Amino acid sequence: MKKLLSGNEAVAYGAYLAGARLGSAYPGTPSTEIMEEFSKYPGVYAEWSPNEKVAMDVAVGASYAGKRAFASMKHVGVNVAADSLFYASYTGSRAGLVLVSADDPGMHSSQNEQDSRNYAKFAKVPMLDPADSEEAKLFMVRAFEISEQFDTPVVVRTTTRISHSRTLVDIADLDSTSEELEDAEPTQFEIEPSKYVMVPANARLRHVIVEEKLKKLTEFAAETELNRVEPGNSELGIITGGVSYQYAKEIFPRATFLKLGMAYPLSKKLFNSFAERVEKILVVEELDPFYEEYARQIGLKVLGKEVFPLTGEFSPTLIRECGYKSGVLKEETLNLTAVTSGSNEAKEPLPLRPPMLCPGCGHRGIFYALQKLRAVVLGDIGCYTLGAAPPLNAMHTVGCMGASIGVVHGVDKARVKNRTAAVLGDSTFFHAGIAPLMNIVYNRGVSTTIIVDNRITAMTGHQANPGTGSTLQGDSAPVIDLEKLCRGLGIEKVETVNPFELSNVLKVLKEHMDSPEPSVIIARYPCVLNIKERKPALVVDSDLCSDCGTCLRIGCPSLLKEEGHVSIDPLLCNGCGYCVQVCPRNAISSKNNN
Amino acid sequence: MDTEKLDFIVAGVGGQGTILASDILAEVGVEAGYVVKKSEVHGMSQRGGSVESHVRWGKDVVYSPLAEKGNVDYLLGFEMLEAARWRDFVAPWGTVIVNEHKITPSSVNLGHAIYPERERINDLLKKQSSKVTWVEATLIAKKLGHPALAGVIILGALSKLIDIGPGVWLSVVERLVPARFVELNREAFLAGRNKQQQETSA
Repeated sequence: MKKLLSGNEAVAYGAYLAGARLGSAYPGTPSTEIMEEFSKYPGVYAEWSPNEKVAMDVAVGASYAGKRAFASMKHVGVNVAADSLFYASYTGSRAGLVLVSADDPGMHSSQNEQDSRNYAKFAKVPMLDPADSEEAKLFMVRAFEISEQFDTPVVVRTTTRISHSRTLVDIADLDSTSEELEDAEPTQFEIEPSKYVMVPANARLRHVIVEEKLKKLTEFAAETELNRVEPGNSELGIITGGVSYQYAKEIFPRATFLKLGMAYPLSKKLFNSFAERVEKILVVEELDPFYEEYARQIGLKVLGKEVFPLTGEFSPTLIRECGYKSGVLKEETLNLTAVTSGSNEAKEPLPLRPPMLCPGCGHRGIFYALQKLRAVVLGDIGCYTLGAAPPLNAMHTVGCMGASIGVVHGVDKARVKNRTAAVLGDSTFFHAGIAPLMNIVYNRGVSTTIIVDNRITAMTGHQANPGTGSTLQGDSAPVIDLEKLCRGLGIEKVETVNPFELSNVLKVLKEHMDSPEPSVIIARYPCVLNIKERKPALVVDSDLCSDCGTCLRIGCPSLLKEEGHVSIDPLLCNGCGYCVQVCPRNAISSKNNN
Repeated sequence: MDTEKLDFIVAGVGGQGTILASDILAEVGVEAGYVVKKSEVHGMSQRGGSVESHVRWGKDVVYSPLAEKGNVDYLLGFEMLEAARWRDFVAPWGTVIVNEHKITPSSVNLGHAIYPERERINDLLKKQSSKVTWVEATLIAKKLGHPALAGVIILGALSKLIDIGPGVWLSVVERLVPARFVELNREAFLAGRNKQQQETSA
């Protein structure tokens, strides 16, 4: 039976089919649904770890203990987990060990578009690169096998258009494995220091083994069915993999293809024998010229990044346009409509619609107040990053998870005239905020840290975290107390506010930022989407309203200005009442005056 | 049906239910015996930003999960401006079904941009395709009790143009919406379907 599954669902299904017992992850678009889906299978253990490094170590531990295990994360999460990936490359695995990295070309929801294929080469581990959901399932199974066959962690890399596309997957074998999984017995931990204790004396020996392993994997890459040649005409050969393969098949239907399912290591033998079949080679790959550089390194003449961009995500439209412009694609095969209509947007720009903080979001209260106080805000990664957008414009640096606190400390040590504060969310604080906060205490810093605590990991779709009192698999859990945690780290000035209470928030913010001691403000209000809070919509009294537009500065999507007049969209308004507090003429109320 | 391929784009604003609607569309394709692929983006873009799903049905094979510019058979605009944004994707033979509904983006509220007039949007769409149908889906949905039903109303209108019986559509709708909303969604689907019938016969 075939069923439409997203790439993420298929990765989870493949892990389950492979008999993975343990999965660990930190949520991050586009990877999040992998662990959510895996957690639902019978007989598995799955968890949200506080960050990707912890997730990777947890999976490594399970592998050492003899159970197949995997960790999943978004591409930038691999940066956090890299230290663990690199030691695991040396120790190898006991039972199959897989890391899933979901890349985000085009940066739909990320701060960069790093190409994870480089990590495979860097960490000296094999990488598989599925091109649809069926392959995502199959490659997960193969990844566990390769991991055990070659005693190495294996990375499975997806991209947004694999993770969040739904394609047909064969689900015939679902029932057969479920019983087998139920009766996992505890195993004896096998002690083997020379393999698992990476002190220099052992690690030196392991590095030699790693290099031997890579040689064997390169031979494997020449033979494996994961890579395949699809015969076509001999004029044009295309080297590609992942979702780019699908785009290229669509635009160059008659070409000969080398479709790489194994992104690393690459095989000289395979590349050379492919080159002999065709007159010209085009490499179609999103982001870095990873295959292209390899092909050039072994002496092949190829076209790649002189045809296609290094930045952004590909699409069939882009492949056709680039192919046409470079002359690789002949004119008669061109869909003229596509190219001639391409310039509409430039002639007639339409208003953009960027994402915004939701109506009723508690974060709004903090950013509006910070803007009023003209504070320099060192920001972080989460829904609240939208505080950087107009009209709030109240976040001035954003780098990566947890950077806010280290950066504010650096700014304050370097000394600036402005008031400063770090802003990060509850989940981001648990992820990477604890060590830098401790650093502020230890190194006698003075910075103010604001934890916007909406009681959930919101941006990725409401995942549990150490503060929510529940786990991924729905069990209740101890709630990590943010106030106590901050006090425990040595912060004496810790205060909790309701972000909707404007005058109090202004007072507390000012007092903390002007204070000569390090402090933490916890702005606590649960995510309105998560608790589904909705009060009656507010209305603007047009007799009282002077259309001054002050309320528009809070950046609430439900506040409209049409033909000079301000009104509230009752479909969007959730009745939080924040705009009531900023209106200088008391023109907004919950009374329905219609 | 013996159509070689059908491409759809469902465009709207985060929170409007474009993902559910495109899931329904994808499953209907599977039920009708097509190979189906579908693509969209989750995460940051959902917070009130522009969102779009691509759904592709193919008789034998579909490679790309993304449709190509100038090749889309049906553009379903859940919001007027978002319909206009994706007009380049509509094939000359394609059809646009657009919800008579406006959600003002922040750029317009702050005075940084002007929301195009309805007639301007209609002209832009007509330039791409002669087949542009406006449906008051959100208005009908509100009358039925919930604005989120607009998506299923638009699917109802679409169903009239595609040679797959309403039973298939309704069975998928019933499977994908929460149990307590099944009746309401059924009603919404049929309301959209009847609406299109009137348009077609007019």
